[in-house]
Amino acid sequence: MSASDTTRPVRRYEHGSRVPGWDEAADLTKDPAEIPDPATTPVPDDLRAEIEAHMANYPDRRSATLPALAAAQRVHGWCSPQAIDQVACVMRLTPAYLASVATFYDMLETTPVGRHAVYVCTNISCSLCGADELYDAIRDAAGEDPEFNVRAFECLGACDIAPMASVDGVYVGPLSLEDIPQLLDDARAGRAVLPEKQLARRLVADPHANSQEFALHAAQPGTGSAQAQDAPTGTSPGANPDIDPARASFGPPMTEDRPGPAAPHEESHTQPPHEGDVPHQARSDQDIPHHPHEPPHPDAEEPQG
Amino acid sequence: MSELLLFADIDEPGLNTMEVYQRRGGYESLRRALAMPPEAVLHELEASGLRGRGGAGFAMGKKVSFLPKGGMDKYLVCNADESEPGTFKDRELMQKTPHVLIEGIVIASYAAGASRSFIYIRGEYQLQADMLDAALTEARAAGFIGENIVGSGHSLSLVVHRGAGAYICGEETGLLDSLEGKRGNPRLKPPFPANQGLYQGPTLINNVETLSTVPTIIRMGGAEYAKLGVETSTGTKLVSVSGHVQRPGNYEIELGIPSREIIYGLAGGPPNGRGIKCWFPGGSSSPVLTADDLDVPYDFDSLAKAGTMLGSGAIIVADDQTPIIDIALKVAKFYRHESCGKCTPCREGTNWTVKMLQRIDAGEATPMDLDIMASVQEHIMGNCLCVLGDAMAMPIGSLIAKFRPEFEAHMEAARLRAVAAGTEATASEGVLSAQGAH
Repeated sequence: MSASDTTRPVRRYEHGSRVPGWDEAADLTKDPAEIPDPATTPVPDDLRAEIEAHMANYPDRRSATLPALAAAQRVHGWCSPQAIDQVACVMRLTPAYLASVATFYDMLETTPVGRHAVYVCTNISCSLCGADELYDAIRDAAGEDPEFNVRAFECLGACDIAPMASVDGVYVGPLSLEDIPQLLDDARAGRAVLPEKQLARRLVADPHANSQEFALHAAQPGTGSAQAQDAPTGTSPGANPDIDPARASFGPPMTEDRPGPAAPHEESHTQPPHEGDVPHQARSDQDIPHHPHEPPHPDAEEPQG
Repeated sequence: MSELLLFADIDEPGLNTMEVYQRRGGYESLRRALAMPPEAVLHELEASGLRGRGGAGFAMGKKVSFLPKGGMDKYLVCNADESEPGTFKDRELMQKTPHVLIEGIVIASYAAGASRSFIYIRGEYQLQADMLDAALTEARAAGFIGENIVGSGHSLSLVVHRGAGAYICGEETGLLDSLEGKRGNPRLKPPFPANQGLYQGPTLINNVETLSTVPTIIRMGGAEYAKLGVETSTGTKLVSVSGHVQRPGNYEIELGIPSREIIYGLAGGPPNGRGIKCWFPGGSSSPVLTADDLDVPYDFDSLAKAGTMLGSGAIIVADDQTPIIDIALKVAKFYRHESCGKCTPCREGTNWTVKMLQRIDAGEATPMDLDIMASVQEHIMGNCLCVLGDAMAMPIGSLIAKFRPEFEAHMEAARLRAVAAGTEATASEGVLSAQGAH
């Protein structure tokens, strides 16, 4: 039931510390890694362009560390030594500095993880509503499936839909144990996860807020809106430092061998959100998969037990 | 209250777009404010009595006035980290009406003389960050962000900066370090951010809700806004109600209404006719109140008088069936996980508290452990660079003070269970080591 001992079965968190690697001996014969040489450190062009665009956003390039690491994580799946070297090479920082930052933040992974992030909130409001049982059940259902990175997470800021989870960045709730098979299937198949239960659809709870009845919001904000195509968001990264090339820093990771364009998942998010009065039926749009290049998981139809 | 200020028709389709926002009068406050001298805008903010909505409740106008005058680079940072457990009000605003935040940022930056601004949003809020980014693109295109905004001579850049998951980055100096690309460790204060903040420059940091209220203040006039609420807590406040209530969610209330009206009237109270055992009035960092305190007016000073705080406006309700030890453990484990480790009292104190609570839960503790635990809380308070440790010490201290008999009963019941299970030896060993440890 504890947050820290349910986070992940990583032994080094045992003593409550946030310093991974405390039980690994340092190799004192080695010099600390220096800033990687661009001549010997290949960096995918897209990643380089994105990091450079982030650096241009700030008076001090170092401020781009978090967005840059997030971008590298999206390409490599985690903050691998190679990912950190690439960021270090573009940002002209030491790998040690970047590793020190990466180990501080919960959303930056310092070990290889499954590509689908399922964060289950187990903080106080959600746990009052049964989040601990939910987390255990999701972890059991995902089992050993390497596609999934199921974690108990601290308050995700959605206590109104408790108990809830964030599946590849999409908030869903309130979840019951019966929702779990579909949740995992949707994530595996790259579909919109539990569209009926997405936070994006919800209206505000305050009964005095709306002077009239408004339809529920569309589950997938912005999908299929023409307006988005006109917006100058498609400008190539780096062309205009004022335009942020990467929308969602934390998309689902791409596979290592395909560091192609930004994941379509992110692009769909850049489009103007909730085309308001599109109720339920319009959900055919949502069938736009998050990973169109990716064949559905062979086990997609079988909920794992 | 007849009309809501922040939540009025918030679910209107397309409110997140420039078109609908402007049709509803959006960015008119910006035009009006930028036609006034900055001092006059500051005067309106001060007259409004607006207190920071992020947790500390510091007067916003005063905070702006603390920034030094002069031509140096000044920064405005919007704190959208919103990671206090139980809080989800900023999420609703950013997702549904991002332009009001952008408008507020421009007006506040004008009053403060800041030329660069950042929204530090927690990395988990992807949808909300996307909404802000889309709105920002529109605002740039419309000339509300950039050089010489609406011909006023005021220029402002704005960047939406996504965090990566750390509670401590909601603390203002931890946030600044994180925004500078470092680990989010809080800094020693003073110097305060108003003098040396981001990149060592004068920095104004405000919460999303605070900045989103600014356009309303300009529209109504500071003096008129100050008529809402009560004398020292003016205006309206978004409260996030969660836990054991029938209608969890965000509500906009006029400050000073009885807490009962929020918990029972708006949120419907606990389901199944249960009573309330305890409730956090301002996020999990606030000392708890009980069912006896339901008539305390919900405003900054009344809650302070009741020994707690309004904090971020997050009410978490636990019904009378909830074991108090579970609440204490959840809270303590959260702060242990989120402690950045810079200051010893917080790093060790949170860990000890969790261990002692686990001993209580396992039946290995003695009543003396409660005293030790209470004294640990006292030794955390005020002894660290930031208030993360205090944020655990306050609720845990209040839980021990208010529910001591329940802790003791739980301890005894757990001990008897352990004995009955034939593990007496283990249990008494635990007691001995517990005493020996201190």
